[in-house]
Amino acid sequence: MSPDRHKPHDLGGLPAGPIDREEHDLAHWEQRIDAMVSLCFSKGVLHDVAELRVGIEALGPDAYDKLGYYERWAASIANRLVSKEVLTRRELDERIEVIRARRGDS
Amino acid sequence: MSDEHTHPPPRPDDLEPHSYHALLGLALSELLIEKGIYTADEERRMIEKLDSITPAEGARVVARAWCDPDFKQRLLEDGNSALRELGIDHVDTELTVLENTAEIHNTVVCTLCSCYPRRLLGRPPAWYKSKPYRSRVVREPRTVLKEFGTDISTDREIRVHDSTAELRYLVIPIRPAGTADWSEEDLARIVSRDAMIGVAEIPSQ
Amino acid sequence: MPRFSCGDRVQIARRDCAEHHRVPDYVKGKTGHIERVCVPFGQPEKLALGLDGKPFQMLYRVRLEQADLWESYAGSPGDTLEIEIFEHWLEPAADA
Repeated sequence: MSPDRHKPHDLGGLPAGPIDREEHDLAHWEQRIDAMVSLCFSKGVLHDVAELRVGIEALGPDAYDKLGYYERWAASIANRLVSKEVLTRRELDERIEVIRARRGDS
Repeated sequence: MSDEHTHPPPRPDDLEPHSYHALLGLALSELLIEKGIYTADEERRMIEKLDSITPAEGARVVARAWCDPDFKQRLLEDGNSALRELGIDHVDTELTVLENTAEIHNTVVCTLCSCYPRRLLGRPPAWYKSKPYRSRVVREPRTVLKEFGTDISTDREIRVHDSTAELRYLVIPIRPAGTADWSEEDLARIVSRDAMIGVAEIPSQ
Repeated sequence: MPRFSCGDRVQIARRDCAEHHRVPDYVKGKTGHIERVCVPFGQPEKLALGLDGKPFQMLYRVRLEQADLWESYAGSPGDTLEIEIFEHWLEPAADA
């Protein structure tokens, strides 16, 4: 492996185990994330998927092991929209608490 | 500011178990709708639109290519343009069509993320986006294909395509034996998503 | 005017690059030939920052021999890999 090989998303050629071919339908929240990406582009809030890809790449080496595909996208979208001041981290945190209370999680 | 008295009613998502990042996704959706970035109706319609695209679209293209050699040639030369003949609008990216032959078997991957011809095949399967597929198929394609039950003889070249930029790939599998007088509709029914990604072939009928 | 033509031998740059870029590590420094000249697109490095990606760079498809990419490649000797690389990541091959 070369010395500058530090990016967790750059997977080509790395050793890995068997491929899990199980398939399942998307959860509702995953469908919302999928739609959100398309809508943010069509509404001009985001301009290119590169803005979100770079955000996923910046999540750190654990992201691929600890987070699922749509979780990584959610994290990247949140980071990008906060940096563009479309919403704030505080608004997100508060809304998460509201959702938890609604579900009876907290 | 959260207000205990003005919680909206529970939504279908609320009934599913959720990680922090899933809750983050829900929070994003609610806030973007409240801020007027898009409406709940637009979200619902976009979900329906994305759900409605299945590999049947790609299969239609393959079946037409099998039946019409001139169309196949146009498809190989300019995918986006040929798709418009079928009423399919492929925008933003360049559809690049790869033809399997007696000499060459094509397989597609995106090692850096999950680039995939969504307009023709719908959402990619989880395995296509997974670490093991993205890591291994470029380095040991024959072994990976065998795991999918696909054995490519050693006298055929395996050509792996890493979708790193603006091109999206569709594989035209070899038309199987026993289909010489089939209609385009019947042919489309046997074209599998996995054959159009290039991890499978279509068996003789 | 594209810098390279179909059939040209090219080397993919090996550059330390902390920015978002679309060149996987396993092809950096490798040599192959131009399989196809595509069209210009915005530079991913700039698009990632929310910029317009200009000046657009010509995109190419490069064909590489698997035997050149991997030590002890276990497939067939004729196996290849094709990948999309932007002009600003390509140089004429040393053996061109």
